[in-house]
Amino acid sequence: MTTFWLVLVACGALTFATRVSFVAAEGRYAAPAWFRKMLPFVPIATLTAIIVPGLALPGGAWDLSLRNGRLVAGFAAIVIAATTRNVLLTIALGFGVLWLAS
Amino acid sequence: MSVSALTSPEPPAAERSATLEFWSGVRDLAPLLFGVAPYGVVYGVLALASGIPRGTAMAMSSVVFAGASQFLLAQLFAGGALPLVMIAAVVLVNLRHALYSASFAPHVAHLPRRWKVALSYFLTDESYAVSMLRLEGGRPSRNRHWYLLGVGLTLWVGWQVATATGIVLGGQLPSSLPLDFALPLTFIAIVVPMIRSRAAVWAAVASAGVALACAGLPYKLGMMAASLAGIVAGSLAARRTR
Repeated sequence: MTTFWLVLVACGALTFATRVSFVAAEGRYAAPAWFRKMLPFVPIATLTAIIVPGLALPGGAWDLSLRNGRLVAGFAAIVIAATTRNVLLTIALGFGVLWLAS
Repeated sequence: MSVSALTSPEPPAAERSATLEFWSGVRDLAPLLFGVAPYGVVYGVLALASGIPRGTAMAMSSVVFAGASQFLLAQLFAGGALPLVMIAAVVLVNLRHALYSASFAPHVAHLPRRWKVALSYFLTDESYAVSMLRLEGGRPSRNRHWYLLGVGLTLWVGWQVATATGIVLGGQLPSSLPLDFALPLTFIAIVVPMIRSRAAVWAAVASAGVALACAGLPYKLGMMAASLAGIVAGSLAARRTR
């Protein structure tokens, strides 16, 4: 368990280092223009990359059929989010559709 | 989330007090807790099932404070992975936070160091997304950092309570409950309203396509390939429309 604690502390320190990296360097280092132009797309691209496997690969393997309740509920949640822009409604109805679909 | 802030009869943004800013941040993050909480509970259950002692599992929520990394660490621990493999996997999964840091940096450049340290510690997927909506939505304010602190602290407290609940309940929860579905749902609620331009659509479509194609890769390498593809596709599309 001592080893695992060392791993935890290392992971915590490295995670913080990643999060503080550019914040600490701001002013001392100017990122190139092409890099800055990419940044607005970071949240959309990274979060989509986390969402898609959660919907399309429920058991670790592809399932793009209508029998995949998570895929159906995910699409429903996307429609709800697009029309209402309401976080609570999206999460609640998404769970509701998953419950109905499975 | 921000609609009520625009319509409520509050003083102009430039004069808003620190307290008002703080609570405004708390209020904007709060709905996301309905998605973050079930996910935190699942982490607690999984960590116990992986054989991690309760105290260690709980400490991980504040020492690492990153949902995806904590899940990964619990899984790797159960699988008896080498320490270096665990550390490398977490670094890879968290690389996206460097990109968050880069787009967050100019907005906090004027703050004292202790604020930069605190706000960076709180820089997770959810708090970053909510913070950026405010930071890029104009309405500059002298006390805006208090808003960011309200967002970050609310998420932190919610995550501690949720993971503690999972650790306490442990195996008492029926495993058929699809609590882990809260993560994709929460991210859908964050991402979909952000897609407001053709370039943003391209970013999402490219990311989704590569995520599907690379789903079999270990250590979330598929996730990283998909993020990169989405970022590149979005910025190429933005350049074309200009």
